[in-house]
Amino acid sequence: MRQESFRAALLDPARPAPAGLHDGAGRPAGRRFDIYRNNVAASLVAALETGFPALRALIGGERFRGLALSFLRAHPPRDPRLALYGAELPGFLEGVAPRARFGWAPDLARLEMALREAYHAADADPVAPEALAAIAPEALEGTRLKLAPAVRRVVSRWPVAALRAHALEEGPRPEGGAQEVLVSRPGFDPLAQALPPGGAAAVAALADGATLGEAHAAGARARVDFDLGPVLAALLTGGAITGLMPQDCKETLP
Amino acid sequence: MSTTLKTAAVAGAVAAALASHATSLQAQENVKCYGVSLAGENDCAAGPGTTCAGTSTMDWQGNAWTLVQEGTCESATPVMADGSEIELPGDRMGSLEPLERDLPQG
Repeated sequence: MRQESFRAALLDPARPAPAGLHDGAGRPAGRRFDIYRNNVAASLVAALETGFPALRALIGGERFRGLALSFLRAHPPRDPRLALYGAELPGFLEGVAPRARFGWAPDLARLEMALREAYHAADADPVAPEALAAIAPEALEGTRLKLAPAVRRVVSRWPVAALRAHALEEGPRPEGGAQEVLVSRPGFDPLAQALPPGGAAAVAALADGATLGEAHAAGARARVDFDLGPVLAALLTGGAITGLMPQDCKETLP
Repeated sequence: MSTTLKTAAVAGAVAAALASHATSLQAQENVKCYGVSLAGENDCAAGPGTTCAGTSTMDWQGNAWTLVQEGTCESATPVMADGSEIELPGDRMGSLEPLERDLPQG
């Protein structure tokens, strides 16, 4: 028996048990293999249900289960860490979710996956807000921020953070509208905060090592009336700033 | 935008962010509190593949924790993050460190 045929049969209930599989007494292991095969699928479905609770609540348990079964057969785990399983679900949903009714589903899955990644990201102590307050106003523009390993961004045409809160019965049914979301982990639990339009571009710039001035410009390119203030407030609230690098002194003096 | 205006915009944004952060700090912080969870209701938001959330098998299990509001843990009536109060029976108190009491046998 080859590993290939064992694996193929494991993920496809229509296939017979792999040939050459016997129990201790030399009898064919057909029914035992069926039980094993069912446990693999059931545990992966359960993992996806635990990992994407808001998506499941909004599309319904039955539909979610059906999607999870097709997903796990198309994308069996590549990593032995079950905690990371499901990273390919958003892309999978792009291909299968009925666009008209569930167009937001891939982005909602992206947000839920980002929250899970934030949970498992390395710890990092945030800087005290006083350290930011201590920088001279004219030096702020050239200051760079170090962001926590847990920081993620989700940009969506749909109000995904509000949809998630509604699905988990933590908020009202959202009106339509695009939403840019900052995911971070202050303390123990991940947090999703809506950013103002252009905010994700500013956070992306900061993550790439841009100065506050450059990040402001990146936000303003996305949105003319961009305001960096709420973005910095969200980063502080989210415990997302772990270091401050003052303006470098390479500027030539007059 | 001119350089001077941008400098002012960035400085203003930082000032506004610090001010709004100072206000939001009034909100309570939560801490892990051991020995106060009902069986199967201990906290953990780790998602699938982890074994912590909802795995305590005894009420008030000493090595299971629930997030409670800071300053309320080490008492007989810790206050959970949602504001509801836990009433611990007997002379039990919550603890910021794992406890030896109420551990499952085996």
